Amino acid sequence: MPQLYQLSAREVSERIRGQELSAEEYVASVFQRIRKIENDFHAFVSLSEASALERAKDIDKKIKNGATLGRLAGVAVAIKDNICTKGLRTTCSSKMLENFLPPYNATVIEKLLNEDAIIVGKTNMDEFAMGSSTESSHFGPSRNPLDTSRVPGGSSGGSAVAVATEEAALALGSDTGGSIRCPASFCSVVGLKPTYGLVSRYGLIAYANSLEQIGPLARNVYDCALLLSIISGHDTKDETSTGIPLEDYSKGRVEYMNHLKIGVPKEFFGEGVDESVAKGVWNSVHNLEELGASCEELSLPTLKYALATYYLIAMSEASSNLARYDGLRYGHSEKSTTEDWNKLFSRNRMVGFGPEVRRRIILGTYALSAGYYDRYYLKALQVRTLIKEEFEKAFREFDVLVGPTMPVLPFRIGEKIDDPLALYMCDILTVPANLVGCPAISIPCGFVQGLPVGMQIIAPFFKEDLLFGIGHAFETRFKH
Amino acid sequence: MKKTFQGFSEEEVEHIAWLARIELSEEEKKLFTLQLSTILDYFHIIDEANTEGVQPTLQVLNLVNVSREDVVEKSLKSDVALANAPMKDKGYFKAPRVL
Repeated sequence: MPQLYQLSAREVSERIRGQELSAEEYVASVFQRIRKIENDFHAFVSLSEASALERAKDIDKKIKNGATLGRLAGVAVAIKDNICTKGLRTTCSSKMLENFLPPYNATVIEKLLNEDAIIVGKTNMDEFAMGSSTESSHFGPSRNPLDTSRVPGGSSGGSAVAVATEEAALALGSDTGGSIRCPASFCSVVGLKPTYGLVSRYGLIAYANSLEQIGPLARNVYDCALLLSIISGHDTKDETSTGIPLEDYSKGRVEYMNHLKIGVPKEFFGEGVDESVAKGVWNSVHNLEELGASCEELSLPTLKYALATYYLIAMSEASSNLARYDGLRYGHSEKSTTEDWNKLFSRNRMVGFGPEVRRRIILGTYALSAGYYDRYYLKALQVRTLIKEEFEKAFREFDVLVGPTMPVLPFRIGEKIDDPLALYMCDILTVPANLVGCPAISIPCGFVQGLPVGMQIIAPFFKEDLLFGIGHAFETRFKH
Repeated sequence: MKKTFQGFSEEEVEHIAWLARIELSEEEKKLFTLQLSTILDYFHIIDEANTEGVQPTLQVLNLVNVSREDVVEKSLKSDVALANAPMKDKGYFKAPRVL
């Protein structure tokens, strides 16, 4: 008999709307769960129990009065702490924004609230989304639910942990170079990076704005698709959001697995990828063949440039996006009255930002500086075109591309933190989708040495329906 | 022929940190010089890519001139905009002296 907090988003919403379940009872169960285990996993930076319970009571009242409720009625959702929530502390897990209270909601938050979802708290992350392990959080790391001595992945580690440990039914994360898919893989949950432009970034505190998207994390494919349906759509406040017609992704099913041509890039299984991970995911590729798809190997030689290209672009954009944090209008300030403008702001930024953030800003500044711009930033943008064209060519032949999400199993906390480049190497399989802009999902596909492995599926622009369809077929037949 | 990257000097790192308005301690200057040199050295792998005549990708959607009508919309009230400011006075953000 499952506990209330264990219910899927679909079940909670259906039962609450069907008056079989009280939202107040459900939310109380969720917070009971959080109180019990949160110290072991540290998924959250802030919790909003009082307001969540109040909203739950409101929802129960509205239902009694015969009102129609939204598609996420009463569902507990955890929000990554780089997404602005009005009046609820939003820190980016950084000392710089430790006490920042956003004066507005991100568009995705408004959309959740319009569907009667209940926000339970803000989740822990790598500082300013820079990292793949959630270890650079100013508030300390989150822990992998399957082995608390290991990282949960990052930068949306807290969101993945909250969903995996049933502290929330759904979570929002953000993905700039793999930050949703990595923790989804490491925590054995489903996580999707949408097509660039599908989800509004208004209210997402920017790290690298030509690369990132807000996306859903859930314990199953249907819930993930449901959440995407609700948060996606054109927004006049985000000029990079697209106007394509919305889909209800939760309705789609791929009935045509045996017409699917799946491409398996050999570079996804080659140098830098752990043998046991590669073997595990190859088994899943064979599983897809059992479902009727045809799988064929291909080569994408530009992938060897993807990591360097990603980091040069991301760091350059970060140096620009984080220039606003000077302590003048918001953010950490040393509050000196004698220092001048430059000295005070330089000190605020030294104290407010952790070392990884400062490393990236400094390298990004260099890559954009006079005399070096052409050699680094512009060159990276050109290589980005080469990678994009290679993917476009691959998608003319294949419906989707498949491989491991991560090149390694979840590593121990502290293992890679002193070697920044070693940590960057964890992103080799996820950054291509951000560079190209196409959607990608991570589906749990088994365990190796007791640790979770994720399979990544990449689709052409706006073909999230393929990702959910294949994911759902795989999940139904080969549940992990 | 492009000059091969020899690594950063501490003076270079100090200069770039100044451009970025980030103060660095002496130990961190040493540590960052080492780390950033290693990282940038790896990034030089992109030198091998043939990008002659290749257009840079600035954004993946090929959007052009996305704009809205020049109509006044709701905006933040002054006290709300000032709410997170560490130093404020008479409705203004208070800044450290420039000179």
